[in-house]
Amino acid sequence: MTLEVQIEKQLAEFTLDVAFRATETPLSVLGASGAGKSMLLRCIAGLERPDRGRITLNDRILFDTAQRVGIAARERRIGMLFQHYALFPHRTVAQNIAFGLHDLPQDEQAARTAALVSRTHLAGLEQRYPRELSGGEQQRAALARALAIRPEALLLDEPLSALDTHLRGQVEAQLQETFASFRRPALLVTHNMEEAYRLGERLLVLARGRIAAFGPKEEIFRRPPSSEVARLTGCKNISRARANSEAPSRRLTGLVACASRKCRPRRQPSSESARTTLIFWKLRAKQRASKTFFLAGSYAHQKRRSASRCF
Amino acid sequence: MDWSPLLISLATSLVATAVTLVTGLAAAAWRQNRAGAGAALVDGIFILPLVLPPTVVGFLLLLLFGRNGPLGKLLLQFGASVVFSWPATVIAATVVSFPLMYITARAALEQVDPHLLQAARTLGASEARIFREVALPLAWPGVLAGTILSFARALGEFGATLMLAGNIPGRTETIPIAIYFAVEADEIQRAMAWCAVDVGISIVLLGGLYYWTHAQRMRRERWGQH
Repeated sequence: MTLEVQIEKQLAEFTLDVAFRATETPLSVLGASGAGKSMLLRCIAGLERPDRGRITLNDRILFDTAQRVGIAARERRIGMLFQHYALFPHRTVAQNIAFGLHDLPQDEQAARTAALVSRTHLAGLEQRYPRELSGGEQQRAALARALAIRPEALLLDEPLSALDTHLRGQVEAQLQETFASFRRPALLVTHNMEEAYRLGERLLVLARGRIAAFGPKEEIFRRPPSSEVARLTGCKNISRARANSEAPSRRLTGLVACASRKCRPRRQPSSESARTTLIFWKLRAKQRASKTFFLAGSYAHQKRRSASRCF
Repeated sequence: MDWSPLLISLATSLVATAVTLVTGLAAAAWRQNRAGAGAALVDGIFILPLVLPPTVVGFLLLLLFGRNGPLGKLLLQFGASVVFSWPATVIAATVVSFPLMYITARAALEQVDPHLLQAARTLGASEARIFREVALPLAWPGVLAGTILSFARALGEFGATLMLAGNIPGRTETIPIAIYFAVEADEIQRAMAWCAVDVGISIVLLGGLYYWTHAQRMRRERWGQH
């Protein structure tokens, strides 16, 4: 079960240009608003057409500009959960869930709908209209509707952003339960690093249409490869360092000394670019104590004591 | 009193409204996902009968359906002639009422949340089914309003009908035309009677529309839209 995506699409302010592969483990796509996350999902679902590239799901080519293939959204069998759920307001919960089961015999439609209703804890609400449900219930109904077609991949667009804070934990648990039994490529788009961390196994960080980081979530959170990723993964105190090779300040010298002993500098300032090179320092996770403002961490006020994540 | 103008008017308006409903909806659905100069030009042509004086519409139709007109010639090959016959009243009423249906249906369809249509697409529904089961039910109040407006416009059609269908009592004489010729012949009583009939139909129609929309609104409260 693999979803392979390699697409390019010109957007108003930048080009969406990504290439990655998602397998059975849920993948979180993290990025600031307007980084191209939703567009990425829409391209995979077939609701938008990329300018170039190729999308394959298992052995099926969904889109390929080289081969002039472009499967319509309705034939992709990709479940999509929209940000505001997009439940049909004129259909009851049961009718919403059964919408994608149109071609099946009546009794099978009913059986599948009933199974999904119980699985998403919607029993007793089948005859309600979406308007008469709470936010969490609406979300579960939309999830049940997306799962009803037995999709080969699942795409979730900001699944928790429309919910009240107190509901999120509950819904998160439901999503984790769903992912655990889904065992197919699942992509979850969010701008919230905590959601991204808790719900995904792997993490893809998107910044202005490009992949800024991609890999196991622990790795990226511990060692963000750039200041942009550091910021998106929750580092609040990020300082720029400028090395001055002609008159190295004592502080920098001290830090370099410190680096040679305990820390590993990410990039050593070379003599010619020393003046303007940004230096990112990576501390090992166990390396807590530090005395310098060159650290980036989520505890801005504790710069002298500890920084949970340093680089 | 000869009631034929009432029957002719009602039959003409009903048929014209039915044709308008189908063609107007089809045109609005076709126009939905299109943009650009071509679509704008088509828009202009569709709405033209609304802004042109009915006599101009009638005259153009006469040119089109007349003995030497392109459609008239075509029909003549099948031994049919439209001008000054009952179908002519239907054609005139359809053409003048079409823009109202088209504009309101288009506006109503545009009001439907595009995410709902996209969700339906990801769920494997064909475009025809999406239109039938998602777009149309949600746009229905607007479409119905367009239907009523079209019916009212068809019922009141005068200029184009007179140009294309003339005034043949018992065949093409609709209520507005009957009133005009009654006044011209100084038959004030007859004119007033037809005016009363027209006012009555309008009141029943508008009252019914108000009552119906109110009932619909109560039902749609559950859907969360008005």
